[in-house]
Amino acid sequence: MTTQHTLSVLVENTPGVLARVSSLFMRRGFNIESLAVGPTEIPEISRMTIVVNVDELPLEQVTKQLNKLVNVLKIVELDSDSAVERELMLIKVKTDPATRGQVLETVQLFRAKVVDVAPDAVTIEATGDSGKLNAMLRVLEPFGIREIAQSGRVAIGRGARSITDRTLRTVPGSQAG
Amino acid sequence: MTGQITGLQHDAGIERISGAQSLVRALEHAGVDVIFGIPGGAILPAYDPLFDSSIRHVLVRHEQGAGHAAQGYAMATGRVGVCMATSGPGATNLVTAIADAYMDSVPIVAITGQVSSHLIGTDGFQEADIRGITMPITKHSYLVTDPAQIPRVVAEAFHIAGTGRPGPVLVDVAKDAMQAMTTFEWPNELALPGYRPTTRPHGKQVREAARLMVESKRPVLYVGGGCIKAEAHVELKELAETYGIPVVTTLMARGAFPDSHELHMGMPGMHGTVAAVAALQKSDLLVSLGARFDDRVTGNLDSFAPLARVIHADIDPAEISKNRTADVPIVGDAREVITDLLAALKALAEDGESGDYDAWRTQMLSIKSRFPVAYDTAADGLAPQTVIERISAIAGSEAIYVAGVGQHQMWASHFVEYERPRQWLNSGGAGTMGYAVPAAMGAQVGDPDRVVWAIDGDGCFQMTNQELATCALEGIPIKVAVINNSSLGMVRQWQTLFYEGRYSNTDLNTGPESIGARRIPDFVKLADAYGCVGLRCDNEADLDATIKEAMAITDRPVVIDFVVERDAMVWPMVAAGTSNDDIKIARDLAPEWEDDDL
Repeated sequence: MTTQHTLSVLVENTPGVLARVSSLFMRRGFNIESLAVGPTEIPEISRMTIVVNVDELPLEQVTKQLNKLVNVLKIVELDSDSAVERELMLIKVKTDPATRGQVLETVQLFRAKVVDVAPDAVTIEATGDSGKLNAMLRVLEPFGIREIAQSGRVAIGRGARSITDRTLRTVPGSQAG
Repeated sequence: MTGQITGLQHDAGIERISGAQSLVRALEHAGVDVIFGIPGGAILPAYDPLFDSSIRHVLVRHEQGAGHAAQGYAMATGRVGVCMATSGPGATNLVTAIADAYMDSVPIVAITGQVSSHLIGTDGFQEADIRGITMPITKHSYLVTDPAQIPRVVAEAFHIAGTGRPGPVLVDVAKDAMQAMTTFEWPNELALPGYRPTTRPHGKQVREAARLMVESKRPVLYVGGGCIKAEAHVELKELAETYGIPVVTTLMARGAFPDSHELHMGMPGMHGTVAAVAALQKSDLLVSLGARFDDRVTGNLDSFAPLARVIHADIDPAEISKNRTADVPIVGDAREVITDLLAALKALAEDGESGDYDAWRTQMLSIKSRFPVAYDTAADGLAPQTVIERISAIAGSEAIYVAGVGQHQMWASHFVEYERPRQWLNSGGAGTMGYAVPAAMGAQVGDPDRVVWAIDGDGCFQMTNQELATCALEGIPIKVAVINNSSLGMVRQWQTLFYEGRYSNTDLNTGPESIGARRIPDFVKLADAYGCVGLRCDNEADLDATIKEAMAITDRPVVIDFVVERDAMVWPMVAAGTSNDDIKIARDLAPEWEDDDL
């Protein structure tokens, strides 16, 4: 039995750091479910949100091996009870005059929005956790889904604390680049 | 140092020098005294200032030789070894040595030239993405395209290679970065927020470990290469002697504890001694110090040391509980861990709490005396084990012994007497055939006052013997004992044992006509062609005289073709994937130790 874990990994914003992380997962035989990378409030630091499907023990190995990478600054496992997790999905659904109304109703129900309309299709933007997005997909499926683009998961801990607190704020600017 | 490099000098540190000058100056600042390398197009700019530098450059014949030489230098001296190559094939030829250094935690810095930055990614001439290629086999790596970054990168590379768990660091420098003008500023401190190795062990963990040791009845000190890297041999000896605990030393740790010591049970593992394997299998507490529970030590993991709890001390947290779950994990430098353990055990002893290992020690000493590492002397011809035993007896423990990989390596591990750390160099984790000659060369350069013996096989020797030219020309008088059984001996042994004696592609034909071989190449002639002294010995009567003759030659490398019988096998042996309990001391012969259960 494996379980899903969401890791927030702070890395130095240097060339090759994504390759290092993904190559490490490949070499050690760990599968990445999803990966999202983006900047943080500190320009020299990027944040990766990595979702892995592993047992506790291999997860400890993943974390320890990641920690050995010189460009990795901090790893925090976010559990879904104490974190907000979101994914973004763009869905192109087939529509005709008869079905468009029902599709738009679904969009309303899931608090998604339509971002593009064509005579025979609409493109919907939806955010949420994977449960919500999957539920919405199930409802839209009968209309005919033409294309999906989905982001990796991003997550942030609840409450006032920040994982970039303390020492990381002193990372000198010369490290970037 | 700064005045050494010509260039416009101004007072306020605004001297302009080329990136190549900056690179060489940075290497000087990092304390480099020797580089093993070979030039080519992309690294060419660096070779010009190197020509004037205080750094000695040893011109090798193949980049793999440069890499292994840097490893040999590092293992013999404890300092960071340096190799240098050009882009593309020059860099890829370093890959095997880099992988080897990664597996055995050897501190080396590999400097490679890269094509100019405008060509990177275009499949330019002699372009290879060496940073990408070496990513999984380096501790860290850099690609430098901005000459201003050169001093910082070099300083970081040496720091990362040599501290924490040592390992290889690659610095790939684009040619245009070496040609451009820049300024030189050696960083006073390094900004590596993601690199903070833990060397000081946690007090609570150490106290917990000490408590387990006191409660234990059958503890073993399972000593790995980390004890050599950490220079922990003095503290280790104190720990073993003070409490009378049996010691095993892994292939990477041979010499960390004296072979002559009563408490030393030898090397554990696939070809370990019966006593060392028994000590682990019967133990109730493994005190692992800088070892990593490699599959060649544990055999089948499920049946490895089945009765033992585990204290696992290592400087790399990722090694702890990787293969075997530790009861007490300790992250720290082996020497500091042992020092703190000694203090914790002393504190417990002062409270009247100490372990009683007398019965255990007596049992282990009995097994050790009943099952020494032995071999059958050859019916006719020369036994390879005898050759190695006699080299050890004559050259002594002050010499350095460097092995390749295979049967001769295992025999060199068993039949040379190791008494001090850094006496034994070999390719343990990667198992790189061809390691011995270039690594011996590097060791000899790093420690010129010692006698250096490469104990090599006829297969291994043919992979890297071109470095004999380097040794002969550079005045590096290594001695090479080719244990010539005219075969890829270890593979042949497996074919004997597991493939019904079907010797598919293991006959190398380096032996004499008397066994139907063609003596290609003739190692004596080869040695002569390379400006070395070539000797041959094929019988025990001439053995000591031949070794002494080689010992007397100090101005040139010596190669001895020891023509040995080819059917000798390495024993004891735990067949791959089986339990350590199924150790055999000869074919189909298991030691009778089962009655020894406490």
